[in-house]
Amino acid sequence: MSSVIINDLSLSFGDVKVLQSLDLEIGKGEFLVLLGSSGCGKSTLLNCIAGLLDITDGQIFISDRNVTWEQPKDRGIGMVFQSYALYPQMTVEGNLAFGLKNARVPKAEIAKRIARAAEILHIEPLLKRKPAQLSGGQRQRVAIGRALVRDVDVFLFDEPLSNLDAKLRAELRVEIKRLHQQLENTTMIYVTHDQIEAMTLADRIAIMRDGAVQQLADPATIYNRPVNKYVAGFIGSPIINFVDGQLVMNSDPFLKAGDLKVPLARYEFSGNGAREGNVVFGMRPEHIFMDKAAEDLPFRAEAVVEVIEPMGADTLVWSRLAGHEFRFRVDGQTAIKKGDRIAVGFDPARASIFNAETEMRL
Amino acid sequence: MADTGALNRAGVAAGTIPRELSGPRGARPRRIVSRGNIILYGTLFVMAVYYLLPLYVMVVTSLKGMPEVRLGNIFSPPMEITFEPWVKAWATACTGLNCEGLSRGFWNSVRITVPSVILSIAIASINGYALANWRFKGANLFFTILIIGAFIPYQVMLYPIVILLREMGLYGSLTGLVLVHTVFGMPILTLLFRNYFSSIPEELFKAARVDGAGFWGIYFKIMLPMSLPIFVVAMIIQITGIWNDFLFGVVYTKPDLYPMTVQLNNIVNSVQGVKEYNVNMAATIITGLVPLIVYFASGKLFVRGIAAGAVKG
Ligand SMILES: Nc1ncnc2c1ncn2[C@@H]1O[C@H](COP(=O)(O)OP(=O)(O)OP(=O)(O)O)[C@@H](O)[C@H]1O
Ligand SMILES: [Mg+2]
Repeated sequence: MSSVIINDLSLSFGDVKVLQSLDLEIGKGEFLVLLGSSGCGKSTLLNCIAGLLDITDGQIFISDRNVTWEQPKDRGIGMVFQSYALYPQMTVEGNLAFGLKNARVPKAEIAKRIARAAEILHIEPLLKRKPAQLSGGQRQRVAIGRALVRDVDVFLFDEPLSNLDAKLRAELRVEIKRLHQQLENTTMIYVTHDQIEAMTLADRIAIMRDGAVQQLADPATIYNRPVNKYVAGFIGSPIINFVDGQLVMNSDPFLKAGDLKVPLARYEFSGNGAREGNVVFGMRPEHIFMDKAAEDLPFRAEAVVEVIEPMGADTLVWSRLAGHEFRFRVDGQTAIKKGDRIAVGFDPARASIFNAETEMRL
Repeated sequence: MADTGALNRAGVAAGTIPRELSGPRGARPRRIVSRGNIILYGTLFVMAVYYLLPLYVMVVTSLKGMPEVRLGNIFSPPMEITFEPWVKAWATACTGLNCEGLSRGFWNSVRITVPSVILSIAIASINGYALANWRFKGANLFFTILIIGAFIPYQVMLYPIVILLREMGLYGSLTGLVLVHTVFGMPILTLLFRNYFSSIPEELFKAARVDGAGFWGIYFKIMLPMSLPIFVVAMIIQITGIWNDFLFGVVYTKPDLYPMTVQLNNIVNSVQGVKEYNVNMAATIITGLVPLIVYFASGKLFVRGIAAGAVKG
């Protein structure tokens, strides 16, 4: 059963097309993350779902109801903003009650719902305070509470954690996940440009670019089988290694890039299978191993270490392999240094290969 | 540890600080009586005296009796302080038409200023709110026209408005004048409010919409409580502007409805008998008192308003 259906949605500001024929179907109770770089239209899409922007074309259904022309308050949505957007002159309690009062909910019911939300979000001691007297994390809890008390079907989050420091962000991230598990039937649509948030929270991730969805899939698929070069490069940190080369078909297919030859017998080609031509070969830094760990891998070669970037838990090594730059991750305790010649290896089955022109996955 | 500390101190005492570490330290000394300061404060003092002297002369003269005024020494303090001129200016001074002093003009001005200020601020704040937050169709055109209105000289519109008011049956009435003040305050006030409301984070407005508040709900419950400072600013602009107005008052009302400024002018310029400089001075001060009080009173409120409004959303 779907909770939110977006059908052929378009939106332009004057001549600027921000969203173009966008289709999206989100299941009941699903946690969908909209991920994309700045300015790709994530907030715009969220505002369209909320009814805060007038769309140019298309339809929006929420809980099997066509809400395309409905007011935000009638759509059964609650929204949480990056800047918290709490009403500064009202207490926390007033903030939580505002939407309910507008909807003429009886006093006793309002009190009950506020008590419940305050308990879930651990903000009971703060109810009498003004927003100015709260920390960033507490403010965002209140903002979530404001959506919670209204008993909505769909939560819309627009980068709710972006204004918080790293520690609070991690804390509240878990709390949002817990909230989602607790509210079983509540759908959540969550905008972010932080991939960690996306990977940890999402049931499915929609990668957006220039107002269109590039890939919509669960986090593992997005990470392991990116549908095009953009998605591969966008997801993963440190960024995936790309090598330009040719796909050559003998008895078995292999990649040829200068002196580098990678057998691709183990690679699973999608769709029409392999075809000769120019390709981009992608290999994630965390899938490249060295020394002992590389011994059993189908592909092995010798690389020269060029730069070492220690990052605490692990170390990023920039190396040159048959003339191509490869970054890979090793344990933080490593003893390798610049200039070392080391044996590295990887499993071509974990690679992603893209057509050089269309940039689509092969 | 204690030993090394003692050693260090001993070293300092013995003057073994390396040369490059000695020398100036801390805040740079400043001389209070420097040439720059003398010029700066001297200029400020001269300017202050230049502006305050006329006020001094007015106050002093208004407290003298006529015989003393006739001595002609305008800078000397009164030998015998009398409030007679003030009372006369307020209650019995004569214009060519009546002998009720400024009191009549004062109440006319109150009856003009209060409704004009309330009406113009109410309308302009709603205009500004609609323009800033609701971006309705044609909003930009509306705003442009309004701003162009701010640049047209009053004199051009003086006579057309007389005709307009006459057609509406409001010419010569206080209602007509209130209407004129409201309309003429609109461009600048709308601009003021629009800019202020635009500076309130848009997400706050969106949150309120999601929470089910409508046009008026958001205006009264969200925007108004956050906007005290700008309302005080608008009030200062309007009260002083309308209170000090002379032109519209004299053009659009009848003699018994003249505002205080016109009444003052008529008292000062009345040609019957001797010129009572002390009464004239007192009358002028009384007329100027209202904007002065507004400045002082609202100055405090203004600061408090800013402090109250300085809430990070
Ligand atoms: N009111 C507007 N008028 C014109 N263009 C707009 C307007 N609002 C947004 N845009 C444009 O629409 C595009 C998408 O904006 P949007 O705010 O949805 O981006 P976003 O993906 O949320 O980015 P961010 O991660 O920075 O929040 C941007 O290029 C922006 O310049
Ligand atoms: Mg955004």
